[in-house]
Amino acid sequence: MPSHTALPGNAMPTAPLDTRYQIETPEGIDLPLRPAGLMPRALAFGFDLGLRGLILGILFIALAFLGNLGIGLGSILLFFVSWWYMVLFEVLNQGCSPGKQVMGLRVVQDDGTPIGWSASLIRNLLRFVDMLPFGYFLGAISCLQHPHFKRLGDIAAGTLVVYREQPLARPQLPQAPALRLPFALELNEQRAILGFAERQGELSAERTHELAAILATPLQVSPARAVEQLNGVARGLLGPT
Amino acid sequence: MKQSLFETRHQPHWQAFAAQLALLEQGKAKAHDLTRFPHDYRRLCQHLALAQERGYSSYLVDPLQQLALRGHQQLYRHRSQLGAKTLSFLLADFPRTVREQWRFVLVASLLFFGSLVGIGLLVYLFPDLIYTIVSTEQVTEMQGMYDPDASRLGRAAERASSEDWMMFGYYVMHNIGIAFQTFAGGLLFGLGSVFFLFFNGLMIGAVAGHLTQIGYGQTFWSFVIGHGAFELTAIALAGAAGLQLGWALIAPGALPRGESLRLAARKSVQMICGVMVLLLIAAFIEAYWSSTTAVQPWGKYLVGASLWALVIAYLVFAGRSRHAPE
Repeated sequence: MPSHTALPGNAMPTAPLDTRYQIETPEGIDLPLRPAGLMPRALAFGFDLGLRGLILGILFIALAFLGNLGIGLGSILLFFVSWWYMVLFEVLNQGCSPGKQVMGLRVVQDDGTPIGWSASLIRNLLRFVDMLPFGYFLGAISCLQHPHFKRLGDIAAGTLVVYREQPLARPQLPQAPALRLPFALELNEQRAILGFAERQGELSAERTHELAAILATPLQVSPARAVEQLNGVARGLLGPT
Repeated sequence: MKQSLFETRHQPHWQAFAAQLALLEQGKAKAHDLTRFPHDYRRLCQHLALAQERGYSSYLVDPLQQLALRGHQQLYRHRSQLGAKTLSFLLADFPRTVREQWRFVLVASLLFFGSLVGIGLLVYLFPDLIYTIVSTEQVTEMQGMYDPDASRLGRAAERASSEDWMMFGYYVMHNIGIAFQTFAGGLLFGLGSVFFLFFNGLMIGAVAGHLTQIGYGQTFWSFVIGHGAFELTAIALAGAAGLQLGWALIAPGALPRGESLRLAARKSVQMICGVMVLLLIAAFIEAYWSSTTAVQPWGKYLVGASLWALVIAYLVFAGRSRHAPE
């Protein structure tokens, strides 16, 4: 994408200041993943911890009636819940443990493909080291200093915790007569104008005017009419519906 | 082409693709509905590339990107044939991995068995040494467990056979937990694995030396020899897997440390799967065979020795020929 714009002073920096992680697929397109930071991951883990406690509590009460057999089953259960809960959910439920589901996260491999048994096993066995010396200390440090927020287990397993994609609600474009500009627009100028028209609903009227007024001179209209002009151009770009 | 025209023309395809994806994600898709899936996915990728290249608005590009991402997740799944894979893993891949990593296995075994035998001999020769390693209560508890007068052996002195289940669960939980810790500790530049190997060797050795010295040797050795073949080997192998992780961090060679760690983890997790199988067998033997007193001690020694021979032969010889049933 060309990096120069009509207004160099207000141009976007070429490398945006966000945490997006690009993967290139064999089809030759770039897909953006959004790695999740420490806080949502800690909350997801907290939720999982609580849920596991609840499951164990209920089952232990039930097993207490079975005597020694119950104790045996109980310790197998404890083993499963403490070491296999995450692995089973991550592999069988599209990379989401219940906590991650609640927080809208999921685990994927570094190349964006779904997580498999071995990677999930590695990242969850090594959780033990992330918890050292207490309360996820090493894991938190690793997570905070890594560009894609990986804890040690993630680095070893080559996995990534990302936000799940949420469905987008499409806004209505403001009504305006379609216009054609007398000069050609570059691709990112075109996207910027479309973005301005689509996101108007989220901005206050004053801010909309302020933003549009920046473009009043190149559009050769008075600042008061710039908003309407830009909406018209956006309509024109979109084409007849 | 204007954006609106592009959208109205292709919208039905995208909606059909999204419906297919929803089915796949819920695991309800039938094979014959999916014959066109790869084709649809590639067409969607083409539409996405077009939309980006023509500068269409974010509200068109982003949903397409989401669809492509979801499609990518479904199309590039790792295929797992769990049954066949498990069989070939047990018959060939696991012993092969162990032999391939013989350096780490050797170091881990030396650390573990070396400290075990060394401290065992020391405690046998200098009986008072046990109290500097193991606390007094634990020594008393151990003596109670292996008292030759008890009818059943193991963690609790008086055990009915209904308790075998309880002990099985306990052994699974306890031993696999130790093995996992020994492995994971390797991430601390191998130090954690070294510590757990040495520490466990020390504990087991001290108890063995002490019990032999006070004359409980018969009950103790006949109890541990059977499952020890699986359990002790498994702990040493878990340590070897951990050391492998640590070594990848200490000496990554030409690779960056993260990448080297990732490759080593992929190999060592195979070892850990084998370790889990060994420990499950060990827990089973420990709960149901080792604890019976119906069998004479010489019978137990015989079975125990053949189990050791079996484990060693398995690790050394299994999967050597290329045409092993895989």
